[in-house]
Amino acid sequence: MKVELQNLTKVFPSRNKKSGEDVVAVNNFTFTIPDGTLVGLLGPSGCGKSTTLYMISGLQKPTSGKIFFGDEDVTELSPVNRGIGLVFQNYALYPHMTVKQNILFPLQNLRGKDKMSKQQMLDRAEEAARLVQIDGLMDRKPSELSGGQQQRVAIARALVKMPRVLLLDEPLSNLDARLRLQTREEIRRIQKETGITTVFVTHDQEEAMSISDIIVVMKLGVVQQVGKPQEIYDNPTNLFVAKFLGTPPINVFKGAVKDGKLYVGDAAVLDVNGVEDQDVTVAIRPEGFDLDENGAFVCELSNVEVMGRDVSIVSRHEASLNPIIRSIINADNKVDVTAKTVSYSLKPHKVFLFNAETEERIYFE
Amino acid sequence: MSENQTTVQAPVKRIVACPHCGTKLYVTQNNAAYQCPKCNEFFQIQGKQEKKDLREVGSKFLTKIKFDSWKGWIYLLPTLILLAIFTVWPIINTIRISLLENYGALGAAGGETFAFGFGNFEKVIQYKGFLTCLQNTLLLCFLTVPISTVLALLIAVCLNAIKPLQKFLQTIFFLPYVTNSIAIGMVFAAMFNIVGSFIGTNNEIIITAGIMNNILGVFGIEPINWINAGSSYWSNITVLVVYIVWNALPFKILILLGGLQSVNKQYYEAAQIDSTPRWRVFTRITVPLLSPMLAYVVITGFIGGFKEYSSIVGIFGESMGAPGAKGSLNTMVGFIYDCLGRDRDGVASAAALILFAIIFVVTMINLYVSKKKTHY
Repeated sequence: MKVELQNLTKVFPSRNKKSGEDVVAVNNFTFTIPDGTLVGLLGPSGCGKSTTLYMISGLQKPTSGKIFFGDEDVTELSPVNRGIGLVFQNYALYPHMTVKQNILFPLQNLRGKDKMSKQQMLDRAEEAARLVQIDGLMDRKPSELSGGQQQRVAIARALVKMPRVLLLDEPLSNLDARLRLQTREEIRRIQKETGITTVFVTHDQEEAMSISDIIVVMKLGVVQQVGKPQEIYDNPTNLFVAKFLGTPPINVFKGAVKDGKLYVGDAAVLDVNGVEDQDVTVAIRPEGFDLDENGAFVCELSNVEVMGRDVSIVSRHEASLNPIIRSIINADNKVDVTAKTVSYSLKPHKVFLFNAETEERIYFE
Repeated sequence: MSENQTTVQAPVKRIVACPHCGTKLYVTQNNAAYQCPKCNEFFQIQGKQEKKDLREVGSKFLTKIKFDSWKGWIYLLPTLILLAIFTVWPIINTIRISLLENYGALGAAGGETFAFGFGNFEKVIQYKGFLTCLQNTLLLCFLTVPISTVLALLIAVCLNAIKPLQKFLQTIFFLPYVTNSIAIGMVFAAMFNIVGSFIGTNNEIIITAGIMNNILGVFGIEPINWINAGSSYWSNITVLVVYIVWNALPFKILILLGGLQSVNKQYYEAAQIDSTPRWRVFTRITVPLLSPMLAYVVITGFIGGFKEYSSIVGIFGESMGAPGAKGSLNTMVGFIYDCLGRDRDGVASAAALILFAIIFVVTMINLYVSKKKTHY
C-alpha cells in the first residue's frame, strides 16, 4: 500500500496563551512512501518524526494537509478505520492478557464480513507468533517476558490483522545493545517476508541506515533530505544532515574558497573548481583523510586509537569547529605516534562544502 | 542470555541435570538462566514456584527478631503499645466478656465472678430481633454494594472522559462524603415524605409534601407511602438503598477515578488502533485494569455495609423502623447498641463477635474471588 503525505502540517497551540508562540511540530511534509518499502523517519528529539507517525496512524489529526493510503484519502478517518498496525515505543501490551490473548485481541474486534471463526483466529495468531518467533511463549503474561520478547509480541499484535501500513515508534529504544542489533535485523526480515509498507521512527542514525530502504531526515518539523541511506550519507544536502549521519561524526571546519582552492586555516587543502570565492563551512568524513607526508592538511596529533582493522587518529586543528578531529585510517598505514603533527591529503568525494550562513551544500567539481 | 538457549522443565529447588553434558546442578531460582560449571553451556530453568517451607519461613522470622532487628522493634514500640492498648486488648476483652454470662462492668469491679460458657451466643440467636437485624443487614449489604459500585464505575468513567468542568463535577460528587449522615438522613426523610394533610398528636393539622412523591405526581403516579406510619417494609428498604448508595458513591468514585487516571493512555490508543468497539474497550481493558481498585472498593463496601446503622437512625430515628413498626429496620450494629448498658455487655460482645465472623467470612470470599479475577 502506497502512502502519500501531502503538505502535512501539525501545529500545537502554545500553552502560554498570552505571549507564547505556537509550536510547529511538522511543517509542510510532502512525501510518497512507495508500496512495500521500509521507511525510516530520522531526526533528533523534537523534530516531529513521532508526530508524523501518529498522524499517519490517525491518533493525531493534522492541522492541514492530506494523507492517502493508495488512492483513498484517510485524513479524516479515525484510527479505528484506517487498517494500520502500530507498535508503541513501550509496546503497550495489555498487561492482564496473555501473549495469545494480546495477539488475538485485534482479530476479535473484526466485525461484519471480516469476522472470523475461533479456529481461523487461532491459526492467524499462531502464524503471526511464528513469524516473530514467539510461538513458544503464548501462555505467558507480558510481565514474564524480556524486553525483546515483548517487542516481538507487540509486532505480532500489529501484524496479525494484516494491516495496510505498519508503523513502529522507536521500536528498539528499550532494548539493550545486542538485542537491538538482533531485533533490527528481525524487523527487516519480517518486513521483507510480509511486504507490508512500514514506517519507523528513530533517532539513531545507525539503526535507520542499516535497515531502511528510504530515510527521511527531519529537523524542527522540516524535512531535510529524503533518499536511500547510502545516497544521503554520500551526498548530504546541508550541514545538519552531514552532521547527523555517520559514526564517528563528520569533522567540521571553518574554511574559505579562493581562486578555486579550498583553504582551511592558511593551507590550501583541496582544489575546488566552479565555486565562487567565499567563506564556507567544510565537512570531512572521518574516512576522507589519507595519510600523506606531503599532504597540505596538517593537524596537531593528540593520540592514536587502535581498533584492529582500522586506526582512529585523534588530532586538533585551529580551524576545527569540533574540539577534536577524528580520522579513520586503514591499520596497514603506520602512524608515528611520537610525532607532533600529522599530515593528510583529502579524498574529494568525502569533503563537503556548505555555505557558512545558510549551511546549504555548495557543490564543486 | 541468548534467545535460543535450551530450556529445562523442572520444579525449583531440586537437582537438575545439565541438558548438554549431564552434570548435576542444584537450582533454586525460577525462570532463570543457569550456566553449567562443567561445559559452560547456558540453559534455562522453567518450573512452577514451589510454596515456601513454612518452617523455614518461621525460623527465619525468629532469627531475624533475635539478632538482626531489635533496633527496628524499638522504633516500632510506641505504635505497638498504642495498638496493644486501643486495639488488641479491646478485642481480647470482647472475646472474654462474650464468654462470661450476665457480665456487668460494675459487678466485675466489685469483685463479682461470672459463669463461663457460650450462653451469651445462645441468647443472641434466640432473641426475637436478631434474625430481623441479620436479614436487614445482609439485604442492605447485598443490594447497595453492587449498585453503588456499578454506578460509581459508570460515573467515574464518564467523569474521566470529559475535560471541561471535570474538577467542578468531581467536587460535587464528593460532597456527600463530607456531609453528616444523620443530617442528610433527615433531609432524605423529608424528601420521601408522603403528600397530604394529617392530624397530629396535638390535634394540629400537618401538611407534608415530599419532593419524591411530587415528582411521581408529575408523571401521574400515585404517591407512595415511603417511610411514614403504615409504610411497607420494601418501600422502607428502597429509601434506605437509595440513601446508602448515594452516601457510598463519593468514596468509590474518588478511588475509581484515581485508578482510571493512572491507567496508561497508550492502552487506549493501542485499542483504537486495533479497531476496538467502545464497549469492548470498557469490558476488556478498563475494567481489568481497574480490577485492583474495584476489589478494594467492593471489599471496603461490604465491610462498611455490614456496619450500617447511622443511615437508618438518620431517616427513621432511634426507633429503627417506620412509626408503628419499631425495630423492623434494625441492623446488627443497632442490635449490639441496643444490648449495651443493661448488664448485657456479654450479649453485646457475643453479637459483635458474630458480626465480626460474618464480615470475616464475606471478606475472605471477596479476597478469594478477587485474587482470581484481579490483575495487579
